[in-house]
Amino acid sequence: MKKSGIILALVVFVLFTWVFFTGWGLGPSKAEAGETQKAAFIYVGPIGDLGWSWEHERGRKMLEEKLGDKVKSTYIESVPEGPDAARVIRQYAQQGYKVIFATSFGYMDPMLEVARDFPNVYFEHCSGYKTAPNMSTYFGRMYQPRYLSGIVAGKMTKANVIGYVAAFPIPEVIRGINAFTLGARSVNPKAQVRVVWTNTWFDPVKEREAAVALLDAGADLIAQHQDTTEPQKAAKERGLLSIGYDSDMRGFVGDSVLVSPVWNWGAYYVDTVKAILNGTWKTHQYWGGLKEGIVELSDFSPMVPQATKDMVAAKQQLILNGSWDVFYGPVKDQSGKEVVAAGAKMSDSEMLNMSWFVEGVIGKAGK
Amino acid sequence: MRIVFEKRKTLSRKAIFLVPLFSFFISLLLTAILLAIFKTNPFITYAAMFQGAFGSWPNFTETLVKAIPLMLAGLGVLIAFRLKFWNIGAEGQLAFGGIAATWVALFWSSFLASWMVLPTAILVGMLAGALWAGIPALLKVRLKVDEVLTTLMLNYVAILFAEHLYYGPWRDPKGFGFPGTPPFPEFAWLPRIAGRAHLGLVFAIVLALVIWFILNRTRLGFELEVIGNNPSAAQTQGIKIAKNIMIALLVAGALSGLAGVCEVTGISRRLQQGLSIGYGYTAIIVAWLAQLNPIAAIFVAVLIAALLVGGDQVQMMMGLPAAMGLVMQGMLLFPMLAGALFTEYKIRLIRPRTSGSLV
Repeated sequence: MKKSGIILALVVFVLFTWVFFTGWGLGPSKAEAGETQKAAFIYVGPIGDLGWSWEHERGRKMLEEKLGDKVKSTYIESVPEGPDAARVIRQYAQQGYKVIFATSFGYMDPMLEVARDFPNVYFEHCSGYKTAPNMSTYFGRMYQPRYLSGIVAGKMTKANVIGYVAAFPIPEVIRGINAFTLGARSVNPKAQVRVVWTNTWFDPVKEREAAVALLDAGADLIAQHQDTTEPQKAAKERGLLSIGYDSDMRGFVGDSVLVSPVWNWGAYYVDTVKAILNGTWKTHQYWGGLKEGIVELSDFSPMVPQATKDMVAAKQQLILNGSWDVFYGPVKDQSGKEVVAAGAKMSDSEMLNMSWFVEGVIGKAGK
Repeated sequence: MRIVFEKRKTLSRKAIFLVPLFSFFISLLLTAILLAIFKTNPFITYAAMFQGAFGSWPNFTETLVKAIPLMLAGLGVLIAFRLKFWNIGAEGQLAFGGIAATWVALFWSSFLASWMVLPTAILVGMLAGALWAGIPALLKVRLKVDEVLTTLMLNYVAILFAEHLYYGPWRDPKGFGFPGTPPFPEFAWLPRIAGRAHLGLVFAIVLALVIWFILNRTRLGFELEVIGNNPSAAQTQGIKIAKNIMIALLVAGALSGLAGVCEVTGISRRLQQGLSIGYGYTAIIVAWLAQLNPIAAIFVAVLIAALLVGGDQVQMMMGLPAAMGLVMQGMLLFPMLAGALFTEYKIRLIRPRTSGSLV
């Protein structure tokens, strides 16, 4: 008996919506003829995270600004990595979106699955390694500005203990920690980098807790690979310094954020959509660095001395003119074993598979 | 003048029909006001949600994908709730079932014929779910430990254990360090019926019918009902309460465990993040909205799944923030749950002299 009420409610729900609205022409819009193409962006956190998703959203806005009427874009935020993502990607593809940008590593397999079913839609996956004829990857050599920010951290720490709040033990994050540590120790061989894993990209509470734990353990400077500004805020509340990430976090937290390695996705988004409009898009694995401008170092806080800025500028110049890069030998691992000999350098594929920590990192590169 | 709730002596047929209907329209109305505040046309928003959930065959199959775990876990929850055993642990039972199925799918294929792996995974997963519900049930009947706490706590244990496995010993060595087990071999995949909707749908529907039959047409069902309504009466009648609670909870756990098995073998085809995204908790809402009726639970699960899937549309088509989708889900559910009160109670206004009843 009781079920009848529920079933009735269901039927009414169906009828109500069907009768009143199907005539309104809201069906999935077919790919429109003419110039305008539709682009969709999928974010792992809310755009209000002021970090990762915020920066992609900034890139999307630049795309709209630069291409004007030629592109119409939309986004969806807080999409969990894993099976749910496949549904979201598929819906965009069905709704006639010409290109879909998925901006987190965990969207890789779902995207590949959907890409097979929609050969006429372009799929762009940020930070992964799987491609298809209609699916590309794009990412930036964030390790370059991270190294530079490490120089600042190495110079500014007094305790010689730097805390690093890190999301997942995956190569991208490990590479960043290593680059940062190499930078810090290039100017301060006593500096140590302590790592705490949060196992989440976006979780303001966990990120903060991890930072607090590091500060309690004696760190006097906080760096991070997370999506929000919480670790930096935790450091500031103790009157301590931090290094930002993703966006120029000094704007959100204050001058205690000495400098931030930041993303500039806009140019890539503009170029990619232009290539699609011109019909010149080809499957690719984009991995630009400081030179291409997809990553860069933000402006410095006034608390950073000129001498330190000069050191950073000198190293940045070497990277820009191609005469040196972060993972040039000699590089030693945590046990002191030489992994990259002097005069040698790591290949891209070695860097993309990095699963060990360099000397000076306290923590485990796996769980 | 006072307002009192008075329990209806008999369930009013009219109320059973009208209350959910009325609640539903109140839900739509309240949400419409909220949307209007955000300068969004509520009608177009509802249409977009409907479109996203039922508007096309592929969309409908995606709604079913969400509905299947809600159906199975919802059945598990409602069996326990019939006994007034507050099983909050469907989430953990689901996760533990998923873990066990993963164990079989990844490691048992070396000594099982490949056609046996999937059935074994289903069986072992259900047993694991039953075990996970059996622990609090045993604690309850032997030591009178409060089941709300134990079932809830075991959720965290199961979820963290799953995390430990896919971050640690079971992590895919070829996964670039990203958390998740290796993909299952193809013979351990649960067949998909339409789109990503898998055989779990058939399991859920068949099990709902079986459970309905047991609850309404068998001695066990009768005993469970007596225990739920009046334990002391059950005792005087010589019904073995402890045994019945154990049976019901083992079945409940097995159902939630099966939900987990279906998720890992039918959808993700590996153990990874995203297994535990609150199906076990939403299943509690499903059980209540279905008023603990197993057949109604199937339909309610589809409705709730539609709401979850439709929430995405609020973002994708209306450009509202993600939080808005969640708020809307809450706004839509709340009056419907609150409304359930009025099928069992009516409001009476008691005036100084005369008294009349409303509703």
